[in-house]
Amino acid sequence: MKLIIAIVKPFKLDAVREALTAAGVDGMTASEAKGFGRQKGQTEIYRGAEYEVNFLPKVRLEIVLDDDKVEAACEAIRSAANSEKIGDGKIFVLSVEEAIRIRTGETGAAAI
Amino acid sequence: MFINKLKNFGLIAGLTVMASPAMAEVPGETAFIFNTLLFLIMGAFVMWMAAGFAMLESGMVRSKNVATICVKNVALFAIAGILYYVVGYNLMYSGVDAGFIGEFSMWSPDDSAYLGETPDFGEGDTYAAGSDWFFQMVFVATAASIVSGTLAERIKLWPFLGFVALLTAIIYPIQGSWTWGGGWLSEMGFADFAGSTIVHSVGGWAALTGALILGARSGRYTSAGAPVAMPGSSMPLATLGTFILWLGWFGFNGGSQLALGSAENAIAISQIFINTNLAAAGGVVAAMIASQMVYKKVDLTLALNGAIGGLVSITAEPLAPTGGLAILIGAVGGLLIVFSVTVLDRFKIDDVVGAIPAHLVCGIWGTLAVVLSNGEASLVTQLIGIASVGAFVVVTSSIGWLVLKVVVGIRASEEEELLGLDKSELGIEAYPEFSRS
Repeated sequence: MKLIIAIVKPFKLDAVREALTAAGVDGMTASEAKGFGRQKGQTEIYRGAEYEVNFLPKVRLEIVLDDDKVEAACEAIRSAANSEKIGDGKIFVLSVEEAIRIRTGETGAAAI
Repeated sequence: MFINKLKNFGLIAGLTVMASPAMAEVPGETAFIFNTLLFLIMGAFVMWMAAGFAMLESGMVRSKNVATICVKNVALFAIAGILYYVVGYNLMYSGVDAGFIGEFSMWSPDDSAYLGETPDFGEGDTYAAGSDWFFQMVFVATAASIVSGTLAERIKLWPFLGFVALLTAIIYPIQGSWTWGGGWLSEMGFADFAGSTIVHSVGGWAALTGALILGARSGRYTSAGAPVAMPGSSMPLATLGTFILWLGWFGFNGGSQLALGSAENAIAISQIFINTNLAAAGGVVAAMIASQMVYKKVDLTLALNGAIGGLVSITAEPLAPTGGLAILIGAVGGLLIVFSVTVLDRFKIDDVVGAIPAHLVCGIWGTLAVVLSNGEASLVTQLIGIASVGAFVVVTSSIGWLVLKVVVGIRASEEEELLGLDKSELGIEAYPEFSRS
């Protein structure tokens, strides 16, 4: 099992969800996040005074899935979230030791 | 035009005679009623400007200070209303006699001439005394509203209200008596139709002296002197507030015609409405274009200030200009806004809502612009009016602010300022259910 953590632009969330569902992913967790990358946020102007918005709003997705689905899921996220502009986000893949469904106590692949 | 041509040929002498009864004055009592209605309805419009200032300022301060600015706005309107009753009106209008000050006495209505067996309604220029008091009272409240926006987010509540009491009971009525009360400036021929100087610059000067004595908000300028943006909490509220002010301004300028008992006055008020609207529109468009050119973006708050700047600019003479000139006068006001915001920042004068550019700078411009369309006004007299009112308000306001500063202190501590005045001054928040990052 793997955990995919994807940071995407907020307005891409629906497109990513649809692409992942089509790729056979059954569930995911989304949370609002703020962050910056190499671009270091952006500069805004208010009444003639510039100010830096260092932390831009993003959505953080967490998906746990079987190893054989990881490649398709990553490709789905990448194609759906890509606007070919800076700030499109990142995808991280981590190993997961165990998963447990709280209601039934099932473990492993059966729990996700 | 067709009728004029016929007149020239002497063909319709009979028609001319027939037309003259239509020009006859309405009965004195009818004019009295219309004049009174004008004051009451237009005054109610101007009263609503207090709501406009409250919303504009609420939108332009950060969310931690919104409840406090609401308290200041409702409190200053109440204080202004009471003090203008107790002392302000008579200080401004009673027994000025070409001098510098009226009487220290409480206002009371005298409508005896219009009641009884043989009422005397004059030349169609009379009205119920109370309607005039009401109309003048809402103007003084406007001057006080201007101050609260500039000094927001760092001034303590009660000292601010102490200054409002001084402004509305003493400072505003005395300088107002010079022109509108029949004092020395009106004798000189100083022209300020609805108060570019008398209302708006007065509020602006009081705000400027307050800002200088109070100092900028913590962190508003870097040690190198560069301005740091402190974006306001709600652009929709600021926009709503500006539209409310724009609406109220029809009462402000239209009501200042002071009479609606004849076709001539009705036509004049209609022209005032048109010019007031055109000047505001010119101010918005000019401020937007200037903002786009200087900052490469349209700043909504500058566009909103542009509307106010255009309105203030036309207030000294909203009747005489053609529509085109009204647009131009407003547009210059809009440009002045964008550039004076930068100038104030250069001198580290922290004006939260842009009241000094809109009310003081455009108030001066509007008072000067009177000479563009009003042949009876002279530039020298206008300058004397601007300078004398300015000097009087700067001196008296400075004394007021400095006394308050020494005796009770006017500034919230840095800790209170960072926490937000809503928590430190009121113990209540404007948006208690919102989380803040």
